[in-house]
Amino acid sequence: MIALASCAIKMENVTKRFGKVVANAHINLELREGEILSLLGENGSGKTTLMNQLSGIYFPDEGQIYVHDKPVTIASPKDAFDNGIGMIHQHFKLVDVFTATENIVLGLEGEGKFDLKAASAKISEICEKYGFDIKPDQKIYDMSVSQKQTVEIVKVLFRGADILILDEPTAVLTPQETDKLFDIMRAMKKDGKSLIIITHKLHEVLDVSDRVAVLRKGEYIGDVLTKDANQQSLTDMMVGHSVTLNIDRPEPKDPKPRLEIKNLTVYDELGVKRLDDVTFTAMGGEILGIAGVAGSGQKELLESIAGLYPIRSGEILFHDPEGGTQKDLVGMDPLDIKKTGVGMAFVPEDRLGMGLVGTMGMTGNMMLRSWRKGKGLFVDKKEPEQLANTIWKDLEVVTPSTSFPVRRMSGGNVQKVLVGREIAQEPAVLMSAYAVRGLDINTSYTIYNLLTAEKMKGVAVIYVGEDLDVLLELCDRLVVLCGGQVSGVVDARKITKEEVGLLMTQHRKEGA
Amino acid sequence: MAKVHTTHEPVILMSKRGEMLPAWKAWGIRVIAFFLSLIVSGIVIMMVSGLNPAAVFATMVDGAVGTSKRSWVTVRDAMTLLCIAVGLAPAFKMRFWNIGAEGQILVGAIASAACMIYFKNLPTPILLLTMIISSLIAGGVWGFFPGLFKARWNTNETLFTLMMNYIAIQLTSYFVALWENPFGSNTVGVINSQGKQGWLPNLFSDGYNKDFGWNVIIVLTVTLIMYLYMNHSKHGYEIAVIGDSENTARYAGIRVNKAYVRTIVFSGAICGLAGFVAVSGASHTISTSTAGGRGFTAIIVAWLAQFNSVVMIIFSFLLVFLQKGAQAIASTYNLSQEVSEMITGIILFFLLGSEFFVNYTIRFNKGKGANK
Repeated sequence: MIALASCAIKMENVTKRFGKVVANAHINLELREGEILSLLGENGSGKTTLMNQLSGIYFPDEGQIYVHDKPVTIASPKDAFDNGIGMIHQHFKLVDVFTATENIVLGLEGEGKFDLKAASAKISEICEKYGFDIKPDQKIYDMSVSQKQTVEIVKVLFRGADILILDEPTAVLTPQETDKLFDIMRAMKKDGKSLIIITHKLHEVLDVSDRVAVLRKGEYIGDVLTKDANQQSLTDMMVGHSVTLNIDRPEPKDPKPRLEIKNLTVYDELGVKRLDDVTFTAMGGEILGIAGVAGSGQKELLESIAGLYPIRSGEILFHDPEGGTQKDLVGMDPLDIKKTGVGMAFVPEDRLGMGLVGTMGMTGNMMLRSWRKGKGLFVDKKEPEQLANTIWKDLEVVTPSTSFPVRRMSGGNVQKVLVGREIAQEPAVLMSAYAVRGLDINTSYTIYNLLTAEKMKGVAVIYVGEDLDVLLELCDRLVVLCGGQVSGVVDARKITKEEVGLLMTQHRKEGA
Repeated sequence: MAKVHTTHEPVILMSKRGEMLPAWKAWGIRVIAFFLSLIVSGIVIMMVSGLNPAAVFATMVDGAVGTSKRSWVTVRDAMTLLCIAVGLAPAFKMRFWNIGAEGQILVGAIASAACMIYFKNLPTPILLLTMIISSLIAGGVWGFFPGLFKARWNTNETLFTLMMNYIAIQLTSYFVALWENPFGSNTVGVINSQGKQGWLPNLFSDGYNKDFGWNVIIVLTVTLIMYLYMNHSKHGYEIAVIGDSENTARYAGIRVNKAYVRTIVFSGAICGLAGFVAVSGASHTISTSTAGGRGFTAIIVAWLAQFNSVVMIIFSFLLVFLQKGAQAIASTYNLSQEVSEMITGIILFFLLGSEFFVNYTIRFNKGKGANK
């Protein structure tokens, strides 16, 4: 670890503990002047904790931080700013009803009257310099996710940061937006800024960074120059042992229509049309992918099928694999659907807000699907307890006990609990929304394998995803949504990423 | 270029505990907080009044449990408070802010008193049963309306239940006027003071401690039932899920609106029963102060116990003990009630504050960080 260039940031022997848990153990990390460093690591490996000590959210228990080779103490976010360090968090911290400028200057101190015009001019200047497409007086609620992120970036640039830390910035972006963000990062690097990007996506690491530093279980494993690395070598470093990176995609097994969606149209509370005449069929024995820009109606589609969203018109026909008549699920709530005998499993996007009860342990969460079982007033806790233990063991969930609140588990473990429970229902239809969002590679592959295994059991799997590479590798067919309409139903084995990208932004022609 | 900033390192470091504290440690912290609060209130007493804190505390203990009569009053009031807190538990656990316990107690009390006045010729067991049932119904009805409006039109239950209190108070005033005895006193007086119809009978008597026991048995039974209901019944499970996330509840096939109405009716009914306990088991009369703010105090009890009805036993005793003790100080030393309320405030502050130490760890920086 001999630094050739001088260091923008040097962390020496940094240790951070939470109770008995060592989140960072004696970490030595360098960010050289004018480079883009990827910080890579599995879930819970301590990446965000480490960065939070640079941005003043946590204070290290041990160790020393140098900024531009000078020892500093960063005890608050203000100290971080004074040292030119700015962090763009995963969750945006913006006031919706304020303009970009107002958000950017919020919290700045200064003597006398604040000159909003001058600030606005300075923001325009920054935007022009890096090619940001936001207007200073645009309100946040009018902005796309990517624009909001841009505001966060401008916020730290405005405050004079020359060291930027981006915590999983691409998690919410489309491929096109991601490319744009990377161009911006390269432009900032050219301008002499030093950047750290935290990400799970390996192709992004290889795409944008100069050097990769790897953490594993709170320890610093090492760093490599990006040009000397590939997906496989990085994964091995991160996980600690060799992992196969290919998603196994067997041919669909005896595909038969399981769920027929016909002319489905829904409106939200404000009377805005969210789904417009959506028609497609999900087959048993295949994985049907749903692609689309975030907010194209994916959430509404799955919730409509699950009986959680009011449906204006259309049909949702369920074909029972055991034979028998078709059942229209429109107008049923989840309880009706269950009583009708439709095996419907749903892994929603909002894991803790819809799929699980955060304050309960694994057992309590298993009961979400079984609590109604049995006659009488009282719940049966034995069966859920057994199921919890099975999932705990089979999916290698990291938790001290089956009664430990799931909201205190890490994201990957939360998802294992949720997916494990849904699969245990032995469903006929399995829907999942962003099933691997925020998960590390290892867990993501566990999830892919579980879904594929369900497909081979003859289940109709519906997979809403955001990573096009994965959608194209995992799914058999793709439904592409654009603005609440189906802009294409395509064979995932034959179509390219670019073609899907086009469908995602191309509205279906009316009439014809 | 950014200037290098020199701030001092923080001396106190706080962080959320990585894992949950074992129960005995958590309770240890709470007990320590309680004793610390006694020390601090002792200091405050000395500074304010110049009295010997030890003597003041002794007076408190004496005032609360000094004689068997006083002990009984403390137990009796604790039971009434416990009953209300137990009633509030399901509503609060579901994040339904039932501020209307006052009103629910009053209508329960009115129902009980009405039975005592109009059905006093019924045999005792049947009369008592009628009183219990009618107070449950009255409290339930008082809870039903806010619940229905919440479920149907998503009205704010805090305001709704609060306003129901005022209706109940006015209603009580009306019945007090109707049942006025003796004429012109503007009170109802002790109902059935001759025959004691509708009074909770003695379970065991030591001569002058009337009615000893039945309150305890009724309320403890309700507490136990509530504990089982909340922790082991399907309804209890629904309540816990709804309280955590309404969306998760809908996802799990729980009919949220139905559960809202059912739970708030249940909650109101138990608070109504507390009205029965207060009238039949304690005052044997009714006035607008029958609830006496206990509907609000019980909220503190329920929260402190984190809606665990068995733990509520401890906290309702503690609060009543403090109240009685405070009254004793006030009368013995001629201090104003405010001084004694300060003591209660200090103790509650420490108890609520101790939850921070249960959830967070604190370390003191030894100052090695910067100069390795």
